[in-house]
Amino acid sequence: MNLSQPFKKILTVGVMMSLAFSVNAHRAWILPSSTSLSGEAPWVTFDAAVSNSLFVFEHVPLRMNGLVAQDPSGKLIDVVNAHTGKYRSTFDLNLVNPGTYRISTASGGLRAVWRDENGKRKMWPARGKTAVASEFSTAVPKNAKELRVSESYRRIETFVTSGEPTKKVFEPTNSGLELVPVTHPNDLFVGEEAKFQFLFQGQPAVGVKLAIVKGDTRYRNDQNQIDVVTDAKGYATITWPEAGMYLIEAEYEDDKAKAPATSRKGSYGATFAVLPL
Amino acid sequence: MNRLFWLTFSLFSMTLFSNYTFAADKSLLMEIEIPRMNVAEYHKPYVAIWLEDSNRKATQVALWYDLDMKDNEGKKWLKDIRQWWRRVGRSAQQPYDGLTSATKGPGKHKLSIALDSETFAQLPAGDYQLRVEASREVGGKEVVNLPLTWPVTADEFSLAASGNAELGNINIKLK
Repeated sequence: MNLSQPFKKILTVGVMMSLAFSVNAHRAWILPSSTSLSGEAPWVTFDAAVSNSLFVFEHVPLRMNGLVAQDPSGKLIDVVNAHTGKYRSTFDLNLVNPGTYRISTASGGLRAVWRDENGKRKMWPARGKTAVASEFSTAVPKNAKELRVSESYRRIETFVTSGEPTKKVFEPTNSGLELVPVTHPNDLFVGEEAKFQFLFQGQPAVGVKLAIVKGDTRYRNDQNQIDVVTDAKGYATITWPEAGMYLIEAEYEDDKAKAPATSRKGSYGATFAVLPL
Repeated sequence: MNRLFWLTFSLFSMTLFSNYTFAADKSLLMEIEIPRMNVAEYHKPYVAIWLEDSNRKATQVALWYDLDMKDNEGKKWLKDIRQWWRRVGRSAQQPYDGLTSATKGPGKHKLSIALDSETFAQLPAGDYQLRVEASREVGGKEVVNLPLTWPVTADEFSLAASGNAELGNINIKLK
């Protein structure tokens, strides 16, 4: 994480475009085998996928490129045994030091969609390709029909803790839509209230729409989605109705973009376990 | 004036004295029953006992777990004593070395806390819960909470509660 800001930007933009544009209308998630661990240097194994049902491997895997793990000091560490199969990626993480780890994939940058002269939908960067800002002017026809240019950011993450929960990994990167916990995400219990702040580009994100859904959706008829909107300071509070593994998805959009973009968008997804009392 | 002073002084020293005897002599005797289970695969439960004040500040009393496994493998499952792990176990100071022992099988198990021990002698007065939590491998989990007011001074003090599944009768006496 000691990369210079421009380099970091290129890296994240490159890494995530394939993900950002292939998962529309689906849910992307990183599912840990455990979120709160004891013992010496415990292991956690993860599944990462894009799906409709939670947490079911049924559509496409979440690709491993761009996925990073941070130890409790914030240092990047390696995951091991990474494998990407037909429906999911899996990998393992050894929690050598006590504290809270972050496993995430984040990206963002310019994005354009339009229709060509035949009415066919086009996008830049193309699916699976990297957005290089300097190529924007040649790659995107300025007078195209229904041209929409946005600054789009996406983050998918989860947290796991060995021993006592710590907070270092929650330091925001100030890029895209981010969650800053007030309540530690590895200390969530049924019936208790949890509070999180959302930031967009480092500023409190007002009016962020949260959609919170508990896993095992294939075994019930109703999604039982919990809808929450962040307040004037970007805070959202949730009282957990049941124990279980939840996906928290959040969307933010405004029109404060710099040209050529006309809107700024951020999406966020996190997998949090809520434990029984 | 003089009489008032002596009256106050003697009351004060009585208080001191009674506290002193309480602290010096008494113990909390606990009897905790682990029920016999009619199950195909039985493992002795992990059990934790702690005192928690109204601000959820916890004081460790006892822990029974698989402490003699190779490579400390038994610690891997401490998180499954879920409430204890949250309130006591996961704390970086690892304050649960005191009354730690191996797991215990079905039956009534006694343990005693000397009230003059450093930890308990210093415990501030107030409302507490004595919490007993059991977590069994391939089995259930249960927490039994016994409310009490600290310090416990009356000789006739006694507390009783019982669990529904993983814990049987719990009896606490001052002796």
